[in-house]
Amino acid sequence: MFVARRAELTAPKQEIALLETAVNLLVPSATGDGGFVGPTINEFFPEVIAFAGTPFEINRVILIRFFAIIVLMLVFWIGTRRMKVVPTRWQSIAEMGLDFTRVNIAEDLLGEKDGKRFLPLITTVFFMVLFMNLTGIIPFLNLAGTSVIGVPLVLAIIAYCSFIYAGINRNGGRFFKNALFPPGVPKVLYIVVTPIEFISTFVIRPVTLTLRLMMNMVVGHLLLVLFFLATQFFFFEATGGFKLFGVGTIAFGLAFTLFEVLIAVLQAYVFAILTTVYIQLALLDEH
Amino acid sequence: MFPAVLAAAAEGEQHNPLIPAWPDIIWSAVCFAVVLFFFFKIALPRMQKLLDARSEAIEGNIAKADDAQRKAEAALEQYTAQLAEARAEASRIREQARADGQEILAELKEQATTEAARISASATAQIEAERQSALVSLRSEVGSLAIDLASGVIGESLTDDAKAAAVVDRFLADLEASEAAAPSARKS
Repeated sequence: MFVARRAELTAPKQEIALLETAVNLLVPSATGDGGFVGPTINEFFPEVIAFAGTPFEINRVILIRFFAIIVLMLVFWIGTRRMKVVPTRWQSIAEMGLDFTRVNIAEDLLGEKDGKRFLPLITTVFFMVLFMNLTGIIPFLNLAGTSVIGVPLVLAIIAYCSFIYAGINRNGGRFFKNALFPPGVPKVLYIVVTPIEFISTFVIRPVTLTLRLMMNMVVGHLLLVLFFLATQFFFFEATGGFKLFGVGTIAFGLAFTLFEVLIAVLQAYVFAILTTVYIQLALLDEH
Repeated sequence: MFPAVLAAAAEGEQHNPLIPAWPDIIWSAVCFAVVLFFFFKIALPRMQKLLDARSEAIEGNIAKADDAQRKAEAALEQYTAQLAEARAEASRIREQARADGQEILAELKEQATTEAARISASATAQIEAERQSALVSLRSEVGSLAIDLASGVIGESLTDDAKAAAVVDRFLADLEASEAAAPSARKS
């Protein structure tokens, strides 16, 4: 846990520094007359709208999350409302989605029985991440619900608890023994192997789950904002030939919007499949 | 919007994106709980029900096909049986017809034989009758012829001999006797 906290303490400063340099590197070409303002990290911390000062403060990001899960539940509510053996259009969409998590993730990795046990968790993780990712490119929302640490962290903690629960449930105390002292390794090497295994299994996993998802969404959002702000700047504030740059930046902006769709699906898939893989590894019965 | 953000940043209110705020965590957890509940209690059970219904339908169809096949086989068997029965019936009728024909033929033959016998008998009787009648008429004719001849012979001898007178007398007596016997012979 110590290592995790240290990572959390050191990583943010590096990350911010990185983002700032990235922004600064991109910006100078446009700051000829000092009119250009790039996006900052404060994009992700909008003003509080309701319940200010309580632990239930609601801001724009949280409203976006509510919107995402309401749409998610609507799609699957309508899609599964009157299910027929021969599917209608809505039903086939819902079925396709649920079949994807059921067949391609849960049953593929965990097998029929365990797949069914963990299916609600895996389905929830996948679709919650997917729908919250997609708000990043929906006009007027323009911010992924997963780009603020809350959702990635909560989901990572749940994945963490799930695989530890799965391991203890299946193998009892042997789960920790197998995880920390892998069988077949010479006893002397445990001095080296055990700390590495401990960090990689019990520290790195939740941290990487959280950061991978969040940083993908943060960077995607910042890139899009940067492209569209730059387009605005080139078209309306820059003079002469610089206006032409605006065409390039808007083209990139559109291309990256499409790219963000891919990222949104991919990150949801990665999050769900890693959660499943961790559970699968915990369920393995090594002697 | 951005000037406000910039101003906030300038005041030193710099957020660290890796330090979660309590509202952030709480609402994320609420979202997760809601979605998990939704999938766990509503969407996935419905889906499971559908999958069960679908596999049941497939099994039902297989059972239905089996049933149809069984029925078809039964019908085929029945048709075959009926056909065999019909064939047997036809052969039976044919046999019967043949027997009937033979019977009729035999009857006819017998009838013909009887008829032939009857005809032959009647012909025999007729011939006999004719023969009898011919015999009778012949006898009478032969008698008269004999008498004629005898009278011729006797006429010549009777003229000179006294003995002849006695012969004539005897002959006449014989004649009278035979004529008296003749009617009784005719009647038979």
